[in-house]
Amino acid sequence: MKRNRLLIQKLWFSVLGLSGLIIAIILFALVFFVTTRGFRVINWEFLTAAPKDGMTAGGIFPAIVGTFYLTLLAIAAALPVGVITAIYLNEYADRDSRLVQVSRKAVNALAGIPSVVFGLFGLALFVNFLHFGVSILSGGLTLAIMILPVIIRSSEEALSAVPFSFREASLALGASKWYTIRRAVLPTALPGIFTGAILGIGRVAGETAPIMFTAATFFTGRLPSSIRDEVMALPYHIYGLMTEGTHPEQQAPIAYGTALVLLVLVLGIDLIAIIWRYRSRKMKKW
Amino acid sequence: MNLWFGEKHILKNISLDFESNEISAIIGPSGCGKSTLIRTLNRMNDLIPETRITGGVLLDGQDIRQEHDVVTLRTKVGMVFQRPNPFPKSIFENVAYGLRVQGISNRREIADRVENTLKAAALWDEVKGNLNQNAFQLSGGQQQRLCIARALAVKPEVILFDEPCSALDPISTARIEELLLKLKISYTIIIVTHNMQQAARVADKTAFLLMGEMIEVGATSQIFKQPKDKRTEDYITGRFG
Repeated sequence: MKRNRLLIQKLWFSVLGLSGLIIAIILFALVFFVTTRGFRVINWEFLTAAPKDGMTAGGIFPAIVGTFYLTLLAIAAALPVGVITAIYLNEYADRDSRLVQVSRKAVNALAGIPSVVFGLFGLALFVNFLHFGVSILSGGLTLAIMILPVIIRSSEEALSAVPFSFREASLALGASKWYTIRRAVLPTALPGIFTGAILGIGRVAGETAPIMFTAATFFTGRLPSSIRDEVMALPYHIYGLMTEGTHPEQQAPIAYGTALVLLVLVLGIDLIAIIWRYRSRKMKKW
Repeated sequence: MNLWFGEKHILKNISLDFESNEISAIIGPSGCGKSTLIRTLNRMNDLIPETRITGGVLLDGQDIRQEHDVVTLRTKVGMVFQRPNPFPKSIFENVAYGLRVQGISNRREIADRVENTLKAAALWDEVKGNLNQNAFQLSGGQQQRLCIARALAVKPEVILFDEPCSALDPISTARIEELLLKLKISYTIIIVTHNMQQAARVADKTAFLLMGEMIEVGATSQIFKQPKDKRTEDYITGRFG
């Protein structure tokens, strides 16, 4: 009987261990797959030049720049709104009020909406209704709406992790609630908020569907000169190379090369977030 | 004064005077309402929803709920908490926090007041070379003295101590008690403690609280040597609590 139980325990431990291993293998296989297929096309020209010869040669520089602008705008728009919402939900609002419950549910629901729906919404709202056209502005704002839930949630978590004793100490010194939030709560929560934002950046940089109708174009030889220009973007470039154009065999390797660049960028950004979180945890002493 | 949290009657008909330049101790077993009582004095209970208070608290003859706005009240009535709770900032910024709250921005003035308060809190000699060090690198006892300095910096009239030594070792406790005796020269001190010896050592006046009722109040020597109430005697001789 006892032996039997031990055996069952061992069996389950191996199942658990195995599932962990499978995840690691999948990640490794994915990186391996993209790297082996993509690394051959990568060279200095690939990173710094525009595509040429009907998308069969040249580089992806405009797409890198486009993704950079889109991500920057998305985070610049989503971060302040997200942090302010989180401050309201976590610090000011009465937890049981209808408004808070509805907002929370809305945040959760927003996180579950398929990204292509955000794309259509962005097309309707920003491109058509607000006449922003297919542009960095429309695409960036669409992406901002999409990552808003991520930023609100991680900011809320960071805020609620700030010990109540900090707030108490500040209030007992005669500070107002707003002063307390600005000077005692926010600085403490900042590393957590930034980690959330960086993870949001990683997510935004890799999205195709939300920018498909709102910002991205398959090919433009020139770099954007204003926020109202349409741009190339890395994920959309991959999509385009694999579905459009006239030389699929020559385009595929370029698509893998682009995928590799995107992967390195996104994983690199995640790595920054992980290191940052690790370091701020080590400094934390409360 | 009476206080309810929702339906729960926490403080029942409390009537107490605190003399200036004296240390008054409030003792009693856990859950008797002594922390709640001290927290009504700087209106920290306002943070708890569904708090209801009847009666009033007078500071310099004025009702703290009507005559004072909460911000001025809390600069007049400072508080030191159970566990040291410095901000995750430098030692200097911790002490300067209350000054900045008041809108003081003159660097010289802030630096002078930080130095003076750290001296008053008997911490200056230990930290004068490392004012920019993070407060969390101090020991527990030093952190608590830093919190006392932080409270002193805004020049309060009254300082509330809510079991200030419950998280500290005996040596740090002794230093805090020594400091309390020094501070009573310039401040009114009210201390909540579950440690009767501590009350006996530092307090001029002691009040005994049991289940939200004030059982007895009097000079510390009288409370500890000739308690009038049987329950006070039982508590002090260690029969319960």
